[in-house]
Amino acid sequence: MEYLIGIQGPDFVLVAADNVAASSIIQMKHDYDKMFKLSEKILLLCVGEAGDTVQFAEYIQKNVQLYKMRNGYELSPTAAANFTRKNLADYLRSRTPYHVNLLLAGYDEAEGPGLFYMDYLSSLAKAPFAAHGYGAFLTLSILDRYYRPDLSRDDAVDLLKKCVEELSKRFILNLPSFTVRLIDKDGIHDMEKLTLSGEMSGFWFWF
Amino acid sequence: MALEDLCHFRDIFQEDITTERFSIASAISSQESPSAFPLPTNLPFTSSQTVPLPFPMAHGTTTLAFMFQGGVLAAADTRSSCSGLVACPASQKILPIHSHLVGTTSGTSADCMLWKRILARELRLYQLRHSRRLSTRGAAKLLSHMLHPFKGTELCVAATLCGWDGGELFYVCSDGTRLEGMLFSVGSGSPYAYSILDQGVRWGLTVEEATSVAREAVYRATHRDAYSGNFVDVFHITSKGWTRRKREDLKEEYYREKESD
Repeated sequence: MEYLIGIQGPDFVLVAADNVAASSIIQMKHDYDKMFKLSEKILLLCVGEAGDTVQFAEYIQKNVQLYKMRNGYELSPTAAANFTRKNLADYLRSRTPYHVNLLLAGYDEAEGPGLFYMDYLSSLAKAPFAAHGYGAFLTLSILDRYYRPDLSRDDAVDLLKKCVEELSKRFILNLPSFTVRLIDKDGIHDMEKLTLSGEMSGFWFWF
Repeated sequence: MALEDLCHFRDIFQEDITTERFSIASAISSQESPSAFPLPTNLPFTSSQTVPLPFPMAHGTTTLAFMFQGGVLAAADTRSSCSGLVACPASQKILPIHSHLVGTTSGTSADCMLWKRILARELRLYQLRHSRRLSTRGAAKLLSHMLHPFKGTELCVAATLCGWDGGELFYVCSDGTRLEGMLFSVGSGSPYAYSILDQGVRWGLTVEEATSVAREAVYRATHRDAYSGNFVDVFHITSKGWTRRKREDLKEEYYREKESD
């Protein structure tokens, strides 16, 4: 139902998430933000079971901020990702596991950009591009085909648009808009929301 | 209830009968991730695991709430159903929490009523301790965190908190969802209500127009949904507090419409 995607470039990470907050068959919100800002240059994208997403993401968010307050400097994306994974793993075999799928994207002065894929079984993988949700089945091969490590920012946005167009063409669920953000050495930048106009999805329907 | 908790008073009679349940509850609560908020320990945590429900709980409802230029409007039907039986045709599903905060309830009636009272108590304690009222956003977060330990149990509370600190609307559910928005409808009749509201609700509505849309939405939902019906309650929240419209019988609305056809 929900969709997350991340694309890493040579000096940036581009991430996008859909904006639907659903409850069974009803879209309760059309402008829901699934990205949580962990620090100035780290974003956590979180989807999964209804309450678990916000509870877990806010827990990680507050702990990363606490680290900064205690120690005077921020956690690097690698450290934040490993901290997140450790928490997921600790809760996995408890009575209350968190059923959440995550993408962590960040920029570090020393390591450069980083995109980390985590799932509800607390696996962790650093990847050049990644996606979560049913939409991932449709878009990962597009990313496989067109991704290059030296993508420019415009190229990355075009690649993202290709993925979103494929979803509007072949995915049975309606995901009308996507929040897009870009992280680089200057921090997190909000980019224009990707929306699908009605006529475009209508056009593809007859194919 | 509030005084009892503050004084940590434990009824001796209760303790004799339910000592075993208390010990299970306290053992489990110590293993739970510790929360800063002191959870009430004299509630039966383990009721869903060890004790089966004695009868099917009430669930069906149509409630709705939306924000517009004149404040926040909340409306709900009044039917409490238990599987196929109408347990109460005149229940109250919109419960005032304090003078400027009202909550619509959906799910299990008993759970909703209890948790609204607990929320009202905690908000009042906050107000006394900090000399200011907690915002609607804070109340929503408080309710959401209070319900979190019960996730996975039979507890079913889906509430819309309608408040005035600038007018705010939050949807809180016992599965952990917490959403801020301008329009929500909750319950078995909500899809029917949504379709009427999506057509009629705009920011610039007058209070009369907004009331009429809300009533219409509840009426149409009660017509189609078997588990909603009987009367409609409408509450209007502004900076001066909440006001309540006289409860209306939807049966009359149905006959009025039939006559005019």
